[in-house]
Amino acid sequence: MTSLSYAAPTSVDDAVKLLAGSAGLAKVLSGGTDLLVQMRSGRLKPELIVDTKKIPGIIGIREENGAFIIGAGTPGAVVEAHAGLNAAWPGLVEALDLIGSTQVQGRCSLAGNLCNASPAADSVPALFAAGATAIIVGSKGRREVPVEQIPTGPGRTSLAKDEFILEFKLPVRPARSSDAYLRFIPRTEMDIAVVGCGISVTLDANGVCTAARVSLGAVAPTVLLVQEAADVLIGHTLDADTLAKLDAVAQAACKPITDKRGTIEYRTKIAGVLARRVAAIAFDRANGIKNGKAH
Amino acid sequence: MAKTYVSATINGESAEFLCETQQTLLDVLRDVIGLTGSKEGCGSGDCGACSVIVDDRLVCSCLMLGVEAEGKSITTIEGIANGDTLHPIQQKFLEYAALQCGFCTPGLIVATKALLDENPNPTETEARYWLAGNLCRCTGYDKVIRAVMDVAADMRGETVA
Amino acid sequence: MNYIDSSLKVVGTRPIRPDGVDKVTGRAVFAADTRASGMLWGKVLRSPHAHARIVSIDTTKAAALKGVFAVVSGVDFPEIASEEAFVGEGPMNFRDLSLNCMARDKVLYEGHALAAVAASTQAIADEALALIEVTYEVLPHVIDVEDAMAPGAPVLHADMFTSGVSPKPEKPSNIAKVVTFKKGDVEAGFKEADVIVEGSYTTQPVHQAYIEPHACLASYAPDGQVQIHTSTQGHFMVRAYTAKLLGISMSNIRVNPAEIGGGFGGKTLVYLEPVAVTLSRKSGRSVKMQMTREDVFRASGPTSGAAMTVKIGAKKDGTIVAAQQVLKFQAGAFPGSPIGPGCMCGFAMYDLPNVDVVGYDVVSNRPKVAAYRAPGAPITSFAVESLMDELAIKLGIDALTLREMNAAKNGTKTHYGPVHQNIGFTAVLDAVKSHPHWKSPLKEGHGRGLATGFWFNIGGESSAQVHVNEDGTVTAATGSPDIGGSRASIGMMVAEVLGVPATAVRTIVADTASIGFTFLTGGSRVTFATGMAATQAAEKVVEDLKRRAAQTWDIPVEAVEWKDGMAYPAGSNAGAFEPLDLAALALKAGRTGGPILAEVSVNAQGAGPGFGAHICDVSVDKETGHVKIERYTAIQDVGKAIHPSYVEGQIQGGAAQGIGWALSEEYIYNTKGQMENAGFLDYRVPVASDMPMIEAVLVEVPNPRHPFGARGVGEVPIIPPMAAIANAIRSATGLRMPDLPMSPPKIRAALDAAG
Repeated sequence: MTSLSYAAPTSVDDAVKLLAGSAGLAKVLSGGTDLLVQMRSGRLKPELIVDTKKIPGIIGIREENGAFIIGAGTPGAVVEAHAGLNAAWPGLVEALDLIGSTQVQGRCSLAGNLCNASPAADSVPALFAAGATAIIVGSKGRREVPVEQIPTGPGRTSLAKDEFILEFKLPVRPARSSDAYLRFIPRTEMDIAVVGCGISVTLDANGVCTAARVSLGAVAPTVLLVQEAADVLIGHTLDADTLAKLDAVAQAACKPITDKRGTIEYRTKIAGVLARRVAAIAFDRANGIKNGKAH
Repeated sequence: MAKTYVSATINGESAEFLCETQQTLLDVLRDVIGLTGSKEGCGSGDCGACSVIVDDRLVCSCLMLGVEAEGKSITTIEGIANGDTLHPIQQKFLEYAALQCGFCTPGLIVATKALLDENPNPTETEARYWLAGNLCRCTGYDKVIRAVMDVAADMRGETVA
Repeated sequence: MNYIDSSLKVVGTRPIRPDGVDKVTGRAVFAADTRASGMLWGKVLRSPHAHARIVSIDTTKAAALKGVFAVVSGVDFPEIASEEAFVGEGPMNFRDLSLNCMARDKVLYEGHALAAVAASTQAIADEALALIEVTYEVLPHVIDVEDAMAPGAPVLHADMFTSGVSPKPEKPSNIAKVVTFKKGDVEAGFKEADVIVEGSYTTQPVHQAYIEPHACLASYAPDGQVQIHTSTQGHFMVRAYTAKLLGISMSNIRVNPAEIGGGFGGKTLVYLEPVAVTLSRKSGRSVKMQMTREDVFRASGPTSGAAMTVKIGAKKDGTIVAAQQVLKFQAGAFPGSPIGPGCMCGFAMYDLPNVDVVGYDVVSNRPKVAAYRAPGAPITSFAVESLMDELAIKLGIDALTLREMNAAKNGTKTHYGPVHQNIGFTAVLDAVKSHPHWKSPLKEGHGRGLATGFWFNIGGESSAQVHVNEDGTVTAATGSPDIGGSRASIGMMVAEVLGVPATAVRTIVADTASIGFTFLTGGSRVTFATGMAATQAAEKVVEDLKRRAAQTWDIPVEAVEWKDGMAYPAGSNAGAFEPLDLAALALKAGRTGGPILAEVSVNAQGAGPGFGAHICDVSVDKETGHVKIERYTAIQDVGKAIHPSYVEGQIQGGAAQGIGWALSEEYIYNTKGQMENAGFLDYRVPVASDMPMIEAVLVEVPNPRHPFGARGVGEVPIIPPMAAIANAIRSATGLRMPDLPMSPPKIRAALDAAG
């Protein structure tokens, strides 16, 4: 039978060498909340597991020149407890918080959620909306790429075999900026998103949107960054007309499938509903109006 | 198959074991160490019956590899009571009849312990969301949540009418 | 004796259960927690196809793998003749059960077992399964119940001819049987009606979803002695089925009931045990097997899904004059849906002059159904109680009033024969009327629904022993696996009779070799029937203790009184003796006749039927279709609550399962007939944050046939929720949702269609 090896390297170089040198399938383990399930079901049969959690800097949050840098393997529970991130990026924090149970929060990471490359991943629309970049390391060195360039299809990423994400960099936040994330699920917890929506906005002193990024999950093979939706918001306050247009462009952007979690028709309608609701929360937050969590 | 040597602390005692890479922490606890209080209800992190606390974080032991336990401190249901003295959470679950079949109970008690360690004064809604990863099919959660809210008040030194 | 009007000291209180500490500390030993010397791991190969002929199974490579000790398939199991069995809950055919445990010529559903291995590790067992080479001839399959009934549907069983119709059909079909129940003249009744309402309804199969997967440990010794540790609602049932399916005498099988992590009816038949015994026999080693969660969903029984039509006619004043129902229940791959109770329970809450009910038991390429809490009743009641709501709306009569007007009472003759006696339905409806929830004004945007339910409850055969130990403490042993606190209720009844505190009695579940036959835990029978046996055993012990005291004091036994756990001289004429307590009498046991114990076996009759009514408030997110349960009250006649906390727990748990059934649980199949949501991620049982508190209201109309007045309580609470929620959604939105689950996409679509 195939034997499965395990390594927990303590440096990026060692990790990259292990990944590059593996004859068979090698998988990076951070939280393992997807990987272990896929191994157990037989969908994935790796020969090597490289546990990256002992690499310095891969767990933790720091600020550099006003920008937050989140270690790729930082568990959700650590991100949620970080006051600075909660203030600057409440949408990203609440999106990560929505992944799985409390138990899963003790393990799950942004990198795992992104590299699992599920179109329904909760933190990914928020990362896209945030305009985050990923610092990727590999045999050819480091590269920094926008997160939206990483997932290429369900379960597929643009990372080479010997590459993994070391950390995420969030842009410096201008004044009157905020974000929000909502997903729709049939229950109140424990489900995979039927539709997810993340929006990040910057407003001027009059509440007019000057910058926006809108992202939708579970409505296409990958999480979408919807430029048309951002265009609807930019230059406007969130009046009824803007909300109606946002709903329409969000729906128009959807290319969903019908599966056990939702139908094409339902997902499309809900994308519009969520876009409106998320925009309202993000605008409120950017205007300094405190708004509750998604649940 | 090659096994990995792992040294960890389980319920306050040092533990050493050999495990295969694919063995989860739950497999190790149940089949290698012999601590069968943590249960396997799904093996996919969806039911919470295998909940344990690893270095102060609540996790599903079925979603963590045994080899990852190296150097970690792990608390299982067997480590919640203080010798012969039940933990107040355990006592309250009994008094409230917050269990029927008892299969999800170890996970619920461990998860409640983690909740009250982090948030001694949860609202009912916070308690329900914290415990949403612990499925119970017998109780409808009513008596569980009542027990959690009441023991939280007790542990804060308040008396609930 | 009857204690219904007695002042009680233990019954009705809330002591800590005898098995509680084990369960909060992780000590309790469930089936998968057991090990045996030299133990192997058994695993099952399951069909990936919904319907296929097994052309060949080659186990050579698997058997040759190092670490594999046995490989079995259909050829290793005896052929079993078709024979109806009544050792489980609901009808069962021994041949069908054998074929369900291990397929022979055909696999009939995705997940159907067709081979198994025993190996030294789980990993090797998995690898061996992958080495078994099976050639299938894939056959057309059918999943939906009405599709399975249609002419030209793929036929599962070439030898199945519909029973219950005349003349006997010439061609086989998927309709196993047709059952009919008639009372009065339904056509004449509809002619009298001023108002007629009709509706069509569907429900989806739902799984019991106990958190503990099926597991067992079996050993077949060279002398033919078989030991089985297993998670089951009936260890005598496991013994009977295993003996029959494998051709082993019952005396050679001893079944130890492990702690059981939930059953709800789903653990009233065998899946793994005959396979584990066969693997053990072939390997010469003990074999442990446990299902994965995916196996539990794919290969163990959910309850039926159904398609139903209902028609009710009433006078303007609300008096119902005619009621008609057609029910089509899918049974899974083998006959045996709960169509009988389905036909009986829908209208059993009402006093109706003219009733006509027809039911179909239909097979399709799904796992064989198993009992699930009041089998059949929740399905039929969803339809009837939804239509009752429509009738109330159409008549302009309040939903409670309509039910009160037509409620079954003592003396009401049911459409299936028996006359209701000692029932508490009226008391339940009175409790609805006076409950603050029913009287409270509805909040803005909320809707309120009411629905009721009926379940027979059963009695049957039970055995119980009461031992007074050498130190005067008490052990009560029964043959009833404890799935929800029955050790507490049994021990309390024994303690009450003996006059000792509940904590003085330790209740245990004895194995098949250690106590008399006891029918399985199901039908809400344990506190009623086993409680009756235990009560009688305790009474015999009291009589014996009085005799021993009389012997000690040398006075007539009539001059001894038993009170508060002690023998007293009855009055001053009897003599001035210091009372003798259990410890004192136990100390003298050797000189007064030897060990103190009694065993009583009963075939308990007179289980009082149960009635419940649930009130539910919901809010509906009209953009997403999401339903939130805002308030929930479950009212039920429980006869007498022996341990009120566990009675409330049964009601709260049953209601929660009903809420899942109503809103989120279903089996989802792809076009190949494979289940797409075989896990807790996508088979959505309610989680803590989905639920409100569930107020359980205990109405106590004593059942005179039980010494303490108890009725079964475990099943009724799952019956009303689906209709109560549907009626609440109707109230909130104006929409009638006739198809379960009432999921967000369905509700949003219905809202859109309604404009």
